[in-house]
Parts: sequence; C-alpha cells; structure tokens
Amino acid sequence: MMDRTEIENNVTPEQLSKRTLVPQAPKPKKRRSIIKGVIYALLILTAIICFIPFLMMLVNATRSNDAILTGFTLIPGTALLENYRTMMEYVNIWNGFKNSLIISVLVTLLTGYFSALTAYGFAFYNFKGKNFLFVFMLVMMMVPGQLGLIGFYELCKNLGILDTFIPLIIPAIASPFVVFFLRQYIQTTLHPSLIEAARIDGASELRIFHTVAIPIMMPAVATMSIFTFIGSWNNYIVPLVVLFSPEKYTLPVLMGFLKGSQVAQNLGSMYLGIAISVVPIMIAFLFLSKYIVNSISAGAVKE
Amino acid sequence: MKNLNNYGYAFIAPFWIIFLIFNIYPVALTFYYSFTNYSGSGTAEVVGLANYQRLIADSYFVEAFFNTWKIWGVNFALQIVIALILAAIFSDMRVKMKGLSFFRSIFYLPNLITVSSVALLFGILLDWQHGSLNMVLMNIGLISEPINWLNEPASAQLSVSLILTWMWFGHSFIVVMAGVSGISTDFYEAALIDGANRWQTFTKITLPLLKPILLYIMITSLIGGLQLFDLPMLLTDGIGSPDGSLNTMVLYLYNQAFKYNNYGYAAAVAYGLFIITIIFSAIVFKSMYGNERKQARRV
Repeated sequence: MMDRTEIENNVTPEQLSKRTLVPQAPKPKKRRSIIKGVIYALLILTAIICFIPFLMMLVNATRSNDAILTGFTLIPGTALLENYRTMMEYVNIWNGFKNSLIISVLVTLLTGYFSALTAYGFAFYNFKGKNFLFVFMLVMMMVPGQLGLIGFYELCKNLGILDTFIPLIIPAIASPFVVFFLRQYIQTTLHPSLIEAARIDGASELRIFHTVAIPIMMPAVATMSIFTFIGSWNNYIVPLVVLFSPEKYTLPVLMGFLKGSQVAQNLGSMYLGIAISVVPIMIAFLFLSKYIVNSISAGAVKE
Repeated sequence: MKNLNNYGYAFIAPFWIIFLIFNIYPVALTFYYSFTNYSGSGTAEVVGLANYQRLIADSYFVEAFFNTWKIWGVNFALQIVIALILAAIFSDMRVKMKGLSFFRSIFYLPNLITVSSVALLFGILLDWQHGSLNMVLMNIGLISEPINWLNEPASAQLSVSLILTWMWFGHSFIVVMAGVSGISTDFYEAALIDGANRWQTFTKITLPLLKPILLYIMITSLIGGLQLFDLPMLLTDGIGSPDGSLNTMVLYLYNQAFKYNNYGYAAAVAYGLFIITIIFSAIVFKSMYGNERKQARRV
C-alpha cells in the first residue's frame, strides 16, 4: 500500500462517496463573528492583566501612604510631589539612573565595536588555530555567567577594581554570542572581492574594516546592541557583588537599596521610585517595539 | 606581498585578551577554589573533594534544587501553553484575527522591565494587608479574606511562578509565532481540503513542525530558570523565606559566598549548578530528538 498520512487512514470509502470530505460550507457569518468577539475579549483581558501591575504602580505613585493603606482606586491622588520629596530625601534615584546609563552605553559601544572587529577577523583572515579558537569560543558561550562569579570577584579584588565601574564595562569587549552572530551575518553579506578591491586601492586593513565592513554590518550590530543594552541595564548580580558605595549603585541594585531604606515606610514613594525605574523603558519600547519583536523572531528562527 | 593573514591575530586579539582575563581565568579560578576551603581572605587550603561531598549531602542545596525546579516547571508549563494558544489563535486561517503586532507588544512589555523593579513592585502589590492586589480582589468579590501570598511556602512559590509566567509568556509567544510563520501555508491548505479540524491541524501539523522552536524555548528557559536569583533575592531580602521555599540554587550560592564567606563551598555549588544544567539540557535535547530517531527507525 502507498504511504498514507494518518488523516487519510481515518477516511473510509463510505465517507469518500458521501460529501463529508468536501470542505464544509462556511459557517453562518453571525456565529463566526460571535466567536471572534469572545476571542477578542479574552485577548483584551490578557492585555489588561499584562498591564495592570504597571497601572497600579502609576496610580499609587501619585497617592499618599495613608490613601494606599485604605484601599485601591484608579483615580490618581495628589501626593506625587510629596512622594518625590520623601524619596529623594533618602535615595537619589537619578544618580542610579545616571550610573546605569553610563555603564550601559559604554558596554553597548564596546560590545558593538569589538565584536564586529573580532567577527571580521574570524571571517576574512586565514590564520593558524582559527577554527579551534572559534569552536572554543562557542563552547565557552554555553557556560552560565554565575559559574565564574566567585573567581571574578577575587580577580577584581586583586586588581583593585572593586567598587568601580571597570568590572562592569571592560568585560563587554569579549561577548562571544555577539561575535558569533556578527560572523554569521558578515559571511553572507560581505563579499571578499570588495575587500580585495579596497586593498588594491591601497587602503590599510584597519581602514577597510572601518569603511567597508562596519557599514555593512551596521544592521546586525544595531540588532545586537538593543539586547546588549537591555542586558546591561537589567544586570543585577554582578553590580550587586562588585559595588559597595550607594552613590555608585546601578538602578537595579538601587532598587534593592530602596527596599531596605527608610523610603519603604512610605508606599507612595516606593511606587514612585519603581515607576521612575520603569517608565523610561516603557517609553523607549513604545518607539522600538516593532524592531525589538522582529529581532527576537529573527534570532530564534536562525538558531 | 606581505602575509595579510597575520592581521587576523591583531583583529581578534582584544577580544581574547579580555576574554582570558575576565572570563576564562575566573571560571578556572572558581574551579580551583571548589577544591579548597578558601574563605575570602588568608590562604586557600586544598581539601580535595570535601566540598563536593558536602554538596551532595547538603539538604539546603537539595531543597534549593527542588525549589528551583518547582518554580521553573510551573512557570514554563503555563507560559508555553498560553503561548501556543495565542499562536493557534493568530495563525488560524479561518478566523483571521487582527491586531497581532499590538497584542504582541503588550504581551512582551513585562519582559523588558528590570527584574529588580518587578520584584519590588510585586513585593508591595502582593503585601498581605496593604497590597493593592488583595484590595482589588476583595473589592470585586473574588476573595473575602486577604491572601497572604508570600507567607506560605506553596503560595509563595506559586506567586513567583506566576510572576515569571507574566514576564515570559509574551517572549515565548513571539518566538512561537516566528516559528509558525515559517510553516508553509500549503500544509494548512492541504489539511483544510482533507477536512481536518482545528485540533487535528494543530497537533498533526503545527506542533511537529514547531519542535525545533519549542526545543529552543525550553533550553533557553531552562538555563535561565536554573539561574533564578533576582526575584527571590529581592522578594525575601535574600533569606529565601518562607520556610526556605524561595531559596534557589543561585541564591544559595550567593549567600554562601558573599554572606557567609564560604568561597570554597560556594565555588562547588557553582560547579554543581553547572553540571546540573548540562545534564538537564542534554536530557531535554535527547528526549525531543531521541524519539524522532526511534520513530524513523520504525518506519
């Protein structure tokens, strides 16, 4: 017998002779639109569930401690300024914001530039040990970050760079995953003849990289930069381990500090502090959402 | 003409110098510490396998291991079911839902927020007496008594699972959707002509073809889940209460190293965690692709 799919196996000759296999006539329009309405209602409900913690946060950030203790309403209160003053008295959240921004921007720049450089080196030069180094890098990519945490702390202690931003920024020069992604990208987009042409024109190797390779790699670098930035912005355990002075805390570490401080006595101020850490990301997402979603899709399908 | 290939070394040199110093060296140093009784100061004395023997017998670590699994497992099951249902809705050729990009963005939003902000936010939203969540639930009559979410081991673990689901189902949905849109519509048209119903189409076409994507989601989620730290750390001030139910493996590692100064033992915890991650990733991989090979042999 010929190979048959399971659906075909379920079909008896009687069914074939009858009309059951013919595509069913479309269901009445009315019934379909009711189903659709129910599905939309459920989707909107899910969207509300996604958003309601943020809504509660925003509303409560404007209400006084006493009002929050008595109950929840969706009507904003009038204690926003007061909450802000209480919070700033104990914790300077903008300082954490500034620290996080400095670190994340530098990390993103370093990762983008040096990963592109490394990817280019791997893709367009043939040198001894190239394949071994590349495979070794891929293996190390699988190693979770926590594995070396204790050694990392000891290293920073011995180098005397604890309580500085250096251990948070410099390691970004070596980002195996970004190198891997960019190498795959540039191998398919940059043709070696283009490099040859530039060489004949007398351009130096580094110049070729800057003027030919970088512009071609830019879309992939931008995609990776979004994730690098988010990853660095959200990083919690490393700054928690290496930073000690509150004025150097990044935003995530400052959040933990906020919880242990006097501010925790005033719920309105707490909500405001959280809101300040969350809202800028939401606004950025508003403009970048399509780009981010596409990047996630692309990353997942490629792997 | 000079050999340009030596430029290759120059191009990859910065990466490797930093990689050796800040990545490979710490991993190797941690490995060395795992065989010592190093306490953060003084000299490290080699104690052989003592730390690993202690690790296997350590009921706190075993407890942390099961906690991590329970919290991750419940979250993953929920997250993947929701993502698949959403993908089934949006990929249905007969219903043709609109607003995909809008819903996708909203569902993804929680994933973008810093975990420590999320932890802090839920810490006060879930508060027993003053938390807004209990107040809302009581107002709309779903519950009559405030629920003490974070004070009972079972409900505390469930709360963390649900927060994780809330954070990650949108991400899984985007990835599943990317996989679904890669499936040729020919399959669905053929199924439609063959008279397959929705359930048959989903289980016989969509799911099998999504296998690589589901594997990707599962492995990345597993690796991330086994490293669960930020949420329990900030929800419980690092204690892992109630009753140690929110004590996860990385939280245990952190406390051993940076709270109790047991660097040697904490290093062994790190390597234990690493070995566990590798074993389970391999199991997941095998169980999803091993079956396929068996089936192939049968045919």
